[in-house]
Amino acid sequence: MNTQQMPGSQNQSSFAATLRAALVHNAVWPISVLVLILVVNAIVAPAFFSIRIQDGRLFGSMIDVLYRGTAPAMIALGMAVVIGTKGIDLSVGSIVAVVGSVIAWRIKEGDPHLVILFTALAVGIVCGMWNGLLVAVLDIQPIIATLILMVAGRGIGLMVNLIYGGTDPSFESELLQGLSVGNIGLIPTRLILFVVIFAGLWLLLRRTALGLFIESVGGNPAAAQLAGIPSRLIKFSAYTISGFMTGWAGIILTADVHTSDPVKVAMFSELDAILAVVIGGGSLMGGRIYLGMTLLGALVIQTMVTSILMSGMPPEYNLIIKALLVLIILLLQSNNFRAAVIALLGRRK
Amino acid sequence: MRDRYLPLLATIAVFAALYIAGGMFYPRIFSSLVFGHLLADNAFIIIAAIGVTFVIISGGIDLSIGSMIGFVGVAMASLIQAGWDPVLVLVLVLVFGLLYGAFQGFIIDFCDIQPFIATLSGLFLLRGACFMVNLNSTPIRSPFVSWFNNIYVDLPGGGFLTGGALVMLFMLALAIVIAHYTRFGTNVYAMGGDRPSAILMGMPMRRTTVMIYALAGFYSAVAGVIYAMNTSSGYPLAGNTLELSAIAASVLGGTMLTGGVGLVVGALFGGMILALISTIIIFNGSLNGAWIMIATGFLLFAFIVIQRWIVSSFSSAAKAD
Repeated sequence: MNTQQMPGSQNQSSFAATLRAALVHNAVWPISVLVLILVVNAIVAPAFFSIRIQDGRLFGSMIDVLYRGTAPAMIALGMAVVIGTKGIDLSVGSIVAVVGSVIAWRIKEGDPHLVILFTALAVGIVCGMWNGLLVAVLDIQPIIATLILMVAGRGIGLMVNLIYGGTDPSFESELLQGLSVGNIGLIPTRLILFVVIFAGLWLLLRRTALGLFIESVGGNPAAAQLAGIPSRLIKFSAYTISGFMTGWAGIILTADVHTSDPVKVAMFSELDAILAVVIGGGSLMGGRIYLGMTLLGALVIQTMVTSILMSGMPPEYNLIIKALLVLIILLLQSNNFRAAVIALLGRRK
Repeated sequence: MRDRYLPLLATIAVFAALYIAGGMFYPRIFSSLVFGHLLADNAFIIIAAIGVTFVIISGGIDLSIGSMIGFVGVAMASLIQAGWDPVLVLVLVLVFGLLYGAFQGFIIDFCDIQPFIATLSGLFLLRGACFMVNLNSTPIRSPFVSWFNNIYVDLPGGGFLTGGALVMLFMLALAIVIAHYTRFGTNVYAMGGDRPSAILMGMPMRRTTVMIYALAGFYSAVAGVIYAMNTSSGYPLAGNTLELSAIAASVLGGTMLTGGVGLVVGALFGGMILALISTIIIFNGSLNGAWIMIATGFLLFAFIVIQRWIVSSFSSAAKAD
């Protein structure tokens, strides 16, 4: 509400201008929600901020947020790219399930674990390419095209588990678990892995023309086509990127629990990923990719989930609070609501 | 004008083909007993699919169906256990479904946000509410429920229609009247078909949006009631991911997610196709549940490609004119 006091001031100092620019920036709402959650935590459970070293690695709730947020954030970044093309990828949870089952299967077959790592990524990419094929080549609506894999994917995962009998999908793998639950020095390996992948994705989208192409295809497909952008290829590559990111998330999530559980793994992850993008200010109407903001969105969700667990509230409250948070963010982002509040405040004066 | 029936005819053809193919392998499928069970066991999915068909025709989507089914069951179980009158409880949960849907519709139109996101938070809210009311399965014991579960209408050949199936058929008839014989129904098609034109022609967008989601919420609540009565219990995880089955049934029934195209009666056949797939796989015995998911996914794929092909032949015909 501070925004309304600004126009009244006569002298437009550069500080005020900067402040106003910051206030209308998209990041202001997600960041204020994040700060709000952290402040509530500071009051309710000050232990939230303590970080200690145990068994040669960092421990603490803040670390836990980053640690558990890694896989959802990877999925959310892939989703941000797809949403940039005005698409959506509902199949990410199922892709995680398929990747997990393939990892368990190949380990039972005795493949070298480095090969399995690449196989798992390839599975993710192939799943993404399948979605891309349906959307870009067959022109099927994204929500429906990816619904197909969403429905079938967990079934495929169960079938893959059946190849070796399906009785014991648990496994041990030094390489994969090193990537997932290991640590380098004090820092969990998956965080380092995430930073590397995030940097790679950022370079791919922001230092090549691909990001611009994706945004133009999402923003105005007809204009992009006229400008000579191969829109089908661009859409196809967006879904492939999403498959790749989800493949990584699948490796981390599967190695985390040492087993393949196609029915339950990454349940609702597509919804969380879409929420992260929306909280980060991305519009489902496409045309914009905010990688940093999506990361922030994923962070907001994970911080909230961890805070609820830490506060001793029953985890059942998780869903309700998540829903209310989303509603609040949506209301704050809505012009109609802001206008109504401003009108209400004005009347009272 | 007959074009609009083409997707429905394709759906019916697939249903007939599946039914006959299934019957060749397992002749019992042809019996009216199995047919009655198909209708009875899937009544709640079909009811939910009818509701979401309205939403999809208007160009939106409703993801809160599954949670609504779960919440209605849990609420009914808890209230009846607390000694409330079952009929009053029934009315209450149906009104709740209506109001909750209206609330979602209002948020969507007022905040101008995508239905996907609004109903997604609706999904979370209701599922969370289920867990808050009760974490365990609660039995529903009441003379009214047993009376409802003992309604049978005999079919020729030893089969029968249950109360749930009758409610489903009634809700279908009601939906057909609403969709094709009221101004509201026309508005729904107009909104999904060409939103800017509908606005320019002065269609009341907010009222229509609120009504559409209220209708969908009401149908989901009815589905939840049928589900709770059938299982005689309220279970907080009931109906999990059922919104996807309902949407799939609607799409298989020839409704296009782009909006403006579709028939509510398609939801019946779409739901029955899903039901047939799982029945055939269960009859087989050697196939496991994973096949149900894969077969459903494959059928969705085949259907969507067929729809694409029909649509592209429409547009090329239109260009030729």
